[in-house]
This record gives sequence, structure tokens and C-alpha cells, in this order.
Amino acid sequence: MNQKKRICTLLLLAVIALPSTAGAMHISEGILPPQWAALWFAVALPFVAWGLREMRVKSAREPFFKPLVGLIGAAVFVISCMPIPVPTAGTCSHPCGTGMAAILIGPALTVIVSSVALLLQALFLSHGGLTTLGGNIVSMGIVGGCTGWAVFKLSRRVGLPIGIAAFLCGLLSDWATYATTSFELASALHGDGSFVKMFTAIGVSFLPTQLPLGLLEGVITAGVYRFISVRRPSLLECLGAEIPGRAL
Amino acid sequence: MKKLLVVSVVVVCAAALVLLLGRLPAKWTGVDESVVERYAAEAGRPARKPYINTDQGDLLLFFFLIAGSAGGFVGGYSFRELFPPKRKTIV
Repeated sequence: MNQKKRICTLLLLAVIALPSTAGAMHISEGILPPQWAALWFAVALPFVAWGLREMRVKSAREPFFKPLVGLIGAAVFVISCMPIPVPTAGTCSHPCGTGMAAILIGPALTVIVSSVALLLQALFLSHGGLTTLGGNIVSMGIVGGCTGWAVFKLSRRVGLPIGIAAFLCGLLSDWATYATTSFELASALHGDGSFVKMFTAIGVSFLPTQLPLGLLEGVITAGVYRFISVRRPSLLECLGAEIPGRAL
Repeated sequence: MKKLLVVSVVVVCAAALVLLLGRLPAKWTGVDESVVERYAAEAGRPARKPYINTDQGDLLLFFFLIAGSAGGFVGGYSFRELFPPKRKTIV
């Protein structure tokens, strides 16, 4: 085993050996009133159906597609329950990984991998909730994934280098996820008070933690994309993602 | 030599980070507790206990063991599809 492999194995073992319940954008069990929980499920369902259809079509075309999507799903699962301490805020939070997934497998399949990750976290890790699963899928899988994908495509269209585009994708998908969580909470819980006031208050409370973590997510996204494009460009080809240096 | 330098810098930075995090007065609560659950409790909808609460004793470790075993098996089973060996080019 060479040194690089040994370091990678050690890092992987460290991640697996340090399990702890993460806390971040996931809305916990029972926080959303039933009608709001049902609404977010209704919003999420068509996107999940879209993702399943994409999965069927693409895996029929490319037999290796399913294991690769599974691999990216595992990455999203780990990233989205990995608590990272933020010294500037004194709190912990996690990146989402959906920006990275969106540029690798597209927004539709990002919804699927996020839904599976969130379901497993709600079932087995007490992270998030079953009744709030719809809301969490909307914020992390749908808004996070679609924002990341749109930002990446737009950045490439205006001629930004692929690394910068991937960085912006990770950064903005993270911030969009937390903005949506703030929206979901404020819309369900503002009561007789002002929606805007509550939305702003929750958003501002997320800022000290999510500003630096968004930057970290941008770096992770750019790093992963660069790593795969250098080491295994065939994976990008198989996934239908953009390969650096090749025309769009 | 270069690799050794990089590894040394990483180890020193990691050690400094661990020491720094250990000495700070922060409690390192997740933002779900410090933001989401706080606002929910203020609005009269505190979080309830999960329907399946695995955060008890070593139960969470057990689930990680199961997930690790299942994931490891699937990853190993699909290893060749995921990471095919490099083809040697014949000159």
C-alpha cells in the first residue's frame, strides 16, 4: 500500500470511527405543524418522481450508473451528517454535499440521493425527523441541488473557470439550503407575528456558522471535482458531467 | 522530503486545532439546537423525541456498525465497476 492510499484509508477510518449525532439544517421531529409537514411532502413528491424517472432512463443507458450514483449518495450521507466545529461561532454545523452531487449527477438524481440520505439519518441517527422529511428534502435536495446546478451552469456559460464555477456551486447551494430552512421555519411558525421578521432573525442566526461553512463547502466541491477530473475523468463521462478541457 | 514536510504541517495544524477547540469556552452545539429548535420552542412547537431514538448508549454505534458492514459489502461487491483497473498501454 503506498503512502497516499494509506493516508486516504486513515482519513476514511477516522470519519467512520468518530460517529456522533450531527446537528444542523435538518428540521427535527415535530417542529413543523402537520399541515406544513404535509405541504412540504407534496412539494417534494414530484421532484422525487422526476429523479426516479431519470435514474431509470440513465441506468438503462449505462450499466455502471447505479453503483456510481450510490457512491455519490454515500458521500452526500456522510457530508450531510458530519459536524464541523466553527470557532468563530462556537457551534457545529455540516455542509450538505448537494452542490457537488448536482454537478456530478444532475439536480434530479440529487433529489433522490438526498432523500435516501435524509431518510436513513431520520430512521437510524435521530438526525432530522420522519414528519419533517418533506421539508428537509425540499431545502437540501431540491433547492440546494437545483441552486448548485444552476449556478455551475451559469458560471460556465459566462466563462468562469471550472474550479471557480464548482466553488460557487458549493457555496451558494449551501447558503440556499439554509435560507430555505429559514423560510420553512418562518412560514410555519411565525403565528401572528411578522413572517419577514422571523425569517430574517432565523437567517441571521445561521450566518455566523454558515458563512464560513459555505466557503468550506465551496472548497470541498471544487476539490472533489478537480480530483475526479484529474484522476478519473472516465467517471465524469459515465455520469454525464462536464469534463474539464472538453467543449460543453 | 516534500511529502514529509506536508504531513508534518498537517499533523501540527491538526494538533493545534484540537488544542484550540478544546480550550475555547464554546459548547459546540449544532445549529439545529441553537437556532432551529430555539426558534421552534419560542413559537410553541418544541422538537419531540425521534420516533426511533437511536441516541441511547451504544445503540448509535451498533447502527454505524451495521451501516458500515452493509456499505462495505456493497462497496466491495461493486468495487470493479466503481474502480476498474487502469489499462496498460502497449507501446
